[in-house]
Amino acid sequence: MGQEQELSEAFVTLADSLVADYDVADLLHRLAHHCVNLLDVAAAGLLLADAHGTLQVVATSSETSRLLELFQLQHDQGPCLDCFRSGTAVTVPDVALAADRWPIFVAGTQAAGYRSVHALPMRLRDDVIGTLNLFGAGPGPLADADARVGQALADVATIAILQERAIRHHEILAEQLQHALTSRIVIEQAKGVLAERGGLHMDQAFNRLRRHARNTNTRLTDLARGVVDGTVDSTAVLALQPRRGPSDPVPQDL
Amino acid sequence: MSEPGRLRRDLRALLAEPWRDAAALDRLCVGVVAALPVDGAAISVTTAAAVRGFSGASDPICARLDDLQFTLGEGPCWHAVRSGRPVLVGDLTGPWGERWPMFTPAVLAADFQAIFAFPLQIGAIRLGAVGLFCARPGPLGGETLRDALVVADVTALTIIDAEARDPLSPVDPLPGECLDGTGVYRAEVHQATGMAMVQLGVSAQEALVRLRAHAFAAGLTVDEVAREIVARRLRLDGGLSG
Repeated sequence: MGQEQELSEAFVTLADSLVADYDVADLLHRLAHHCVNLLDVAAAGLLLADAHGTLQVVATSSETSRLLELFQLQHDQGPCLDCFRSGTAVTVPDVALAADRWPIFVAGTQAAGYRSVHALPMRLRDDVIGTLNLFGAGPGPLADADARVGQALADVATIAILQERAIRHHEILAEQLQHALTSRIVIEQAKGVLAERGGLHMDQAFNRLRRHARNTNTRLTDLARGVVDGTVDSTAVLALQPRRGPSDPVPQDL
Repeated sequence: MSEPGRLRRDLRALLAEPWRDAAALDRLCVGVVAALPVDGAAISVTTAAAVRGFSGASDPICARLDDLQFTLGEGPCWHAVRSGRPVLVGDLTGPWGERWPMFTPAVLAADFQAIFAFPLQIGAIRLGAVGLFCARPGPLGGETLRDALVVADVTALTIIDAEARDPLSPVDPLPGECLDGTGVYRAEVHQATGMAMVQLGVSAQEALVRLRAHAFAAGLTVDEVAREIVARRLRLDGGLSG
């Protein structure tokens, strides 16, 4: 897919979410994927602040444990925490030079094979609700065009999460954030069920879950909840013969 | 605003006693009313089917109003348990109140105008609800709302912790490690919960309780146990890892 087409598709997807009955977990996952396809970055993730003020991972471009760990490290230190606190973008063209500032985070980033990292704020008026985190395989700044597209994606995602049209009180904001965070926990629980039952890695379990949600036109969070509650037969989710539409990409984990 | 870390510590201290003693939940509710700008609080611990189990309240009137919801099958706490989402009603004389033809008049008669209900849940695990009652109408402020969500999180984790402890052993003051520094579990804990469900053939709630119990017994944090399970170095069913 050409970049222009990918960009159009990204915004159409996000815009759809504003009018249709959408699943926030699925939306954010798509956004993370669009970032990797559109920007010169190797991995992307979205973190939202919970009621405790802790940044929690809600979506990643790849569900590998190693990447998830990199996002979780930023509970305590790293560019996302700084970005969240300041409300402004934090870019680190060469993580090796930031080892004094964030020793644990930098060690983890390097071990995972990334050389640069950027954090863009997810902002609604005066509130910062989270950050978009981008990792680059090589050193270098985030190109101006990439920074603009990345920030635009983060902004649209923020609006989609919070359904800005409906926001009149803090209540709704907190409620929507809480819902996004709970969705993520349900997905993690479902990944565990599928990983154990199918003998899979966590990222493979996630891919099966997501593929089944698409094939059956089910919301990702609803499917995950069904897997955990036992109301969905996980054998079907794990099955390798999906009904696949012509436009669906072939899953890459198999 | 109460500083979240301190609120959390205060709440944990209040709960550092056997939870099956209903008085512990009463004390928590009294503590919540003291810490937040609300006039009453009630906590119901339910099973997934929203059958009410244990409860606590800041005073007898809130206890009765909480009980009434589960007797009638209507009201914000009942709804929060079933939907897994907060139900925030700043003015019970408005449209929300009309949804509860029997519950709303009882609340208004007790001189409460607003009620805010938060589910007690950990992902797909639903444990009950916290209800906050206010004499005056109006929305909860943003900071109070955040504190209320912290109360719900801490209460949910504490219920799991308490169930995981051997009821016959002496009760330790809850160590700080229980909250793993952030007040919430990491992704691995939820993944390990799902894996343990399959290994043990139990519900998510039971799996998390068993995971927690294993951590208590082994003197490890719940994070450490979860990592071992996810890395397939530990199985809670006692089987050997491949």
